[in-house]
Amino acid sequence: MSAIEKQRHIIDFMLSCLWRRKGKNLSLVVVYTFVIFLLASVMFFAHAIKKEAGLILRDAPEIMVQRLVAGRQTFIPESYIDAIRKIRGVQSVTPRLWGYYYDGQSGANYTLMVNADLKDRPGEILIGKGVTLRRATAEDKIITKKNDSIPFKTYDGSYLMLKVKGILPAASELVTSDLVLVSEADFGKIFSISRDQATDLVLQVRNEKELSTIAAKIAQLYPDTRPILRNEILRTYDAVFDWRAGVIIVILSGAFFAFIILAWDKATGLSAEEKREIGVLKAIGWETSDILLMKFWEGAAVSLSAFLMGILSAYLHIFFTASALFAPVLKGWSVLYPDFRLTPFISPYEIAILFFLTVIPYTVATIVPSWRSATIDPDSVMRT
Amino acid sequence: MIRLQNIHKVFNAGKPNEFTAIRDVTLAIDSRKATVFKGPSGSGKTTLLSILGCMARPTSGRITLKEREITSLPERFLTDIRRKTFGFMFQQFHLIKGISALENVMIPAYPDGEKHAALKKRAIGLLDLLNLSHKASAKVEWLSGGEAQRIAIARALINDPAIIIADEPTAHLDTSLSREFMEIMRRLKEQGKTLLIASHDPIVYESDVIDRIIGMRDGEIVSSGDHP
Amino acid sequence: MTFHPGILALLLGSVLTTSMLCCCAYEGARIIRNWDIRSGSELQLELERRTYLISMVMSYALGFQLLSLFLFIYTADSLSALFVGAMCAAGSLHVNGFGYPALILKITGFLLAGVWLIVNFTDNKASDYPLIKIKYILLIFIAPFLVAETLVQGAYLLGLKPDIITSCCGTIFTTDANTVMSGLIGLPRALSQAAFYCSTAITLLLGLVFYLKGKGGYFFSISTLISFLIAIVALISFISVYFYELPTHHCPFCILHPEYGYVGYLLYMTLLAGAVSGLGLGAVMPFHGIGSLAEVLPRIQRRLALISILSYAAFMLISGYGILFSHLSLSAY
Repeated sequence: MSAIEKQRHIIDFMLSCLWRRKGKNLSLVVVYTFVIFLLASVMFFAHAIKKEAGLILRDAPEIMVQRLVAGRQTFIPESYIDAIRKIRGVQSVTPRLWGYYYDGQSGANYTLMVNADLKDRPGEILIGKGVTLRRATAEDKIITKKNDSIPFKTYDGSYLMLKVKGILPAASELVTSDLVLVSEADFGKIFSISRDQATDLVLQVRNEKELSTIAAKIAQLYPDTRPILRNEILRTYDAVFDWRAGVIIVILSGAFFAFIILAWDKATGLSAEEKREIGVLKAIGWETSDILLMKFWEGAAVSLSAFLMGILSAYLHIFFTASALFAPVLKGWSVLYPDFRLTPFISPYEIAILFFLTVIPYTVATIVPSWRSATIDPDSVMRT
Repeated sequence: MIRLQNIHKVFNAGKPNEFTAIRDVTLAIDSRKATVFKGPSGSGKTTLLSILGCMARPTSGRITLKEREITSLPERFLTDIRRKTFGFMFQQFHLIKGISALENVMIPAYPDGEKHAALKKRAIGLLDLLNLSHKASAKVEWLSGGEAQRIAIARALINDPAIIIADEPTAHLDTSLSREFMEIMRRLKEQGKTLLIASHDPIVYESDVIDRIIGMRDGEIVSSGDHP
Repeated sequence: MTFHPGILALLLGSVLTTSMLCCCAYEGARIIRNWDIRSGSELQLELERRTYLISMVMSYALGFQLLSLFLFIYTADSLSALFVGAMCAAGSLHVNGFGYPALILKITGFLLAGVWLIVNFTDNKASDYPLIKIKYILLIFIAPFLVAETLVQGAYLLGLKPDIITSCCGTIFTTDANTVMSGLIGLPRALSQAAFYCSTAITLLLGLVFYLKGKGGYFFSISTLISFLIAIVALISFISVYFYELPTHHCPFCILHPEYGYVGYLLYMTLLAGAVSGLGLGAVMPFHGIGSLAEVLPRIQRRLALISILSYAAFMLISGYGILFSHLSLSAY
């Protein structure tokens, strides 16, 4: 078909033109690729971490009840449990006992949590990966292993030695990194808590649709409590990561604008040689729309290569080097960084958004310069 | 074949640097004849050639090509006609650097979407006729002046046009190459092509290939005579 | 909310396209005023050059409209996680009063841009730009639609606040509510099926008549538009139900999800293709009398008719496939 042959000829010629001026075009492709790499990295990271959070929170309780006094969380009496269990739709109510422990030696905050399995084994603890990396001094890293003992400072100043009986699996690192599981007795020794108190209550509910109703009833029953729904947490995570990703994109807009200006400048700044070439093409029989076609394919070739390279390098960056460049900003500041490998999660949606944020502005920036160059008069070569 | 009536061409109309390149030219070009346009630079012969060759639209006046009026045709139609009817040779040759001679010859035919193999065959055939097939894959920067000239001719012939337009074709050639050029022109005329050449080189306008000489000055035709 | 990447992308793209479109409309006005094909003046040559630019921009704008239509739905879908009650795009669009109007304007904008490009293509095929003034008047008429679409979309996207409670497609696309939508869904299924099959059959028939005999262009064109609207109603009313294999799930957006093989894209694209080509055919019908178009116009229209026929046929095949091979049988409902 002649239309396809025509495209083929034009594409062939366009590729040879690009190749002949590879120096100039290369700089543009490099910057283009870099911009796409930055944007894609941000988006892949945010998307993957949202997905990861979603998976982990799948096992989180549907409703969690806290008690607030003067706006701060405080212990919730176990006597609340009976009334809450009687609410229609609630399957079970389980008290949880946990708190934060500040380790002076490492400067880190651990989450100390009572685990029912350790009830009959006082003196034993299970710890998360982050806890194993306690630092004695700035230089020395003491890696705690099984059967080592960790000293815990109690509320009255004495030290309680607790033996590490196990380290929590790496796969759950995102949520267990700073976790220390203890028995109820030991918890009571470290923090002075009277019995019959829980840090919060965890509810299991029969019907998902009843969640908000039940939460409302709890708040009515005990006005000093705050019920938190799992899907609220999910939504907040989503919003936070989206927001953070968006903020970074906006910050990157400086680089982005520089790129657009470069693209526009390159497109308008045709060298005399390039102008002559187009003039010759028009003189020997190419029409304006043929030149426009050639410019379109040129833009497509440049965009496509930059796009593919940018996305590929972003993919490798996020999923194989654990986002070396961004991690601190996106994860939030903390002393214990979980070393987690994000599972590669990308969707066509992300690719589409990247396309919109990069290829479309590039195309718009080059439309008028392309047209200007394509409308060079055919007789311009005669007049030189 | 081509008829011009009261053609005017004005550049930068209405501005301080307004310039009339062609002033009220009426002309008829016969087919199968060779015509030379003679005159000093600035006389308008290049502009006239570009109007004759459908490269530029006149500011006013009418043009007919083979009995069809083409004055107001939009560019895409004009280009189509130009590609099929005319072959151009420029003073500076204007071959595209960095690609092979063969590809240079094929370029004018790209927009027609002809199958690549057939087009290539035709291009090689033309190079054969001009004794240049051994240089088909050479880059044009490495060709000598005479070879470049012949590539330019081959490029002008790729679409088998009825009319050849050449603007100062011998400006960069020595005497023997210029004579050689006129011999090629003779061969083309014998094949039935119409030739329009702008030149102030005596080797061109005194050649017996030429049928008619048109003299120009300041955008007007000052003499038009058959070549004896 | 503004910082969601999808929203940024849509806003940026829309603003760019609309501003370029307004420039085009302005240039179009200039062309209408000063165009004179018979003149060889520099102004005329400049105007001719400008028409190339306008054609180019409109082609890109059309491509963008199509992409942004799907991106818009996709974004609404992915934002649904942030709204209580929403489980897919249907809920997100319901969050404020601008969501559904934005969607309708986007579809209309796409159709209008497509029709314009068809008129433009036809004009370019004639040797004296016979439709130049008509098409730029049309462009000036279309521009406000696209500006409105950008504004409404912007109002929708910027007015999204995460703590609003909205409904999911189960409650929007249901027979219980007192809305136009439920009225449509609540139609006896036999009626909507009959309407769909009849209208598509009529369209295909009229299309064949036009393709073979060249008659009835206007009827065919109007029929494609009616079929487009009926097909969308049919999708909501019963076709989607077969794909979901759930008698109460009528949502028109969930078929775009991966779990249904992205079949929604195929269905909507064939419908849009059919509608655009059919409408374009009708749009150029009045120009049969123009001399320079006498030869090219019938050829262009035949090709448009073919595209339209094939698109609607494809739509029927795909939905028919879904209905036949579904594990659901609606006879009991």
